[in-house]
Amino acid sequence: MRPFAYVRADDAAGAVATVAADPEAGFLGAGTNLVDHLKLDVERPGLLVDVSRLPLDAVEDVEGGGLRVGATVRNSALAADRRVRHDYPVLSQALLAGATGQLRNMATTAGNLLQRTRCVYFRDVTTPCAKREPGSGCSAIGGYTRYHAVLGASSHCIATHPSDMAVGMAVLDPVVVVLGPGGEKRIPFAELHRLPGDSPERDTVLEHGDLITHVEVPAYPAARNSAYRKVRDRASYAFALVSVAAVLEVTDGRVADVRLAFGGVAHRPWRALAAEELLRGQPATEETFRAAADAELAAAEPQPGNAFKVPMLRGAVVAVLRDLTTAAARAAGTGEDR
Amino acid sequence: MEDTTTREAAWTRPPGGPHRQTVRLRVDGRDRTLEADTRTSLLDALRDGLGVMSPKKGCDHGQCGACTVLLDGSRSLACLSLAVAVDGSEVTTAAGLPTDGHLHPVQQAFLDADGLQCGYCTPGQVCSAIGVLAEAAAGHPSHVTADLDADVVLDAAEVSERMSGNLCRCGAYVGITEAVLRCASDAAASAASDPAAGGAR
Repeated sequence: MRPFAYVRADDAAGAVATVAADPEAGFLGAGTNLVDHLKLDVERPGLLVDVSRLPLDAVEDVEGGGLRVGATVRNSALAADRRVRHDYPVLSQALLAGATGQLRNMATTAGNLLQRTRCVYFRDVTTPCAKREPGSGCSAIGGYTRYHAVLGASSHCIATHPSDMAVGMAVLDPVVVVLGPGGEKRIPFAELHRLPGDSPERDTVLEHGDLITHVEVPAYPAARNSAYRKVRDRASYAFALVSVAAVLEVTDGRVADVRLAFGGVAHRPWRALAAEELLRGQPATEETFRAAADAELAAAEPQPGNAFKVPMLRGAVVAVLRDLTTAAARAAGTGEDR
Repeated sequence: MEDTTTREAAWTRPPGGPHRQTVRLRVDGRDRTLEADTRTSLLDALRDGLGVMSPKKGCDHGQCGACTVLLDGSRSLACLSLAVAVDGSEVTTAAGLPTDGHLHPVQQAFLDADGLQCGYCTPGQVCSAIGVLAEAAAGHPSHVTADLDADVVLDAAEVSERMSGNLCRCGAYVGITEAVLRCASDAAASAASDPAAGGAR
């Protein structure tokens, strides 16, 4: 591990100025991802600015509805928050599907959004990887691809974003509040994460020195009927092969509102806008759900080692939407608000 | 790999330079101080720096749970924490759990339910189990909790899910689950007889 200097930040603005002034500096949150990467030599900072104790650990009500989630709110605290559990169950479920109790107690909201890929070649410094060393090529193409992308990949990188929480957030259209060297920026969640293209070393649109301070989740009553389903190699503590986050509102047997996002299949949380478009106004039936999944997956370009993800994802989409249709009917029958 | 003499000298080297810092911890009820290279994990600080050998190094990458400690009361992985980043914290390891020569109820339950074989993972398992019981008592749901709006009741499926971050290569999972369930029902019973005491322990 490369030696590094360490400072604990007093305030967000100071942390941003310190990191922005030093190209070899980086932010340290809980470290669940970064400390692992330090040990693997995947990350080699010269200075770590610890932002984990900044006073950004509250989940606040926003006037007019919605929640403002501080960057250092721990995954376990956000998942257990009564407002999140009731108003945005998809987010609670996504958080609880990730990692373990210990890791969720440590990991932060902002850190989880910036979690780096689990691609085995990215994590192995003896193999070429364009995400780790720009221009060095992709060892995964033609290699081990079980956890790799089937949507939106490039010839430079087929890595996937590993976060469950981010997929749950993707259907809630939050705003990511960022403090940068030039002041505050408000980035729509859908624009935060990038596709790899020819610069896979950049996971997000954030610039050096940009610090996520909050995630603002807007009021969205339809999200009370929402769910996250994760398919993985073992029942607990495994990264997603595929996952689906969904919000569904059904009126008179038809899809009144729907949002869908996929995990484990792309370089970023994959918002399935084509499927959503196809579903709106259509009968809430398995046939429609399957057709919508197929429409989204028409662009899939699987590797030999992960072609199974296409039918697996189709099945997961149908299963989640079917469950949410049943839940909507049950709620309508009992006159509940969800 | 540096030899032992060099390593011990490094731990006692006076502070100075940007890569070394003083770390103050309260470990198992005792105030401890060490000078640590900024790269030192909490796990290495405890074991190599302070001689607290209860937390174990299994994978050193957050995948096995053998290093689990209670960090300011919350179960955490010592291998993925930098010692400098937890300066000022209170750390409880399994070795700090007994009081007046008596094992903590969770430790006793592990013995009674055969929740171990070789014992290497056990200090981490015990600390994790204490965290599970506290989190459930605080109403925290898990991946297998069917109704997120309802209260949490620990059963075997809940315990398995919540303990999934602690691997046991002897395969003592049946006994471990039983130990945690016994503690949960004991806590529920004492909470029922004395509501003011609460269920958390």
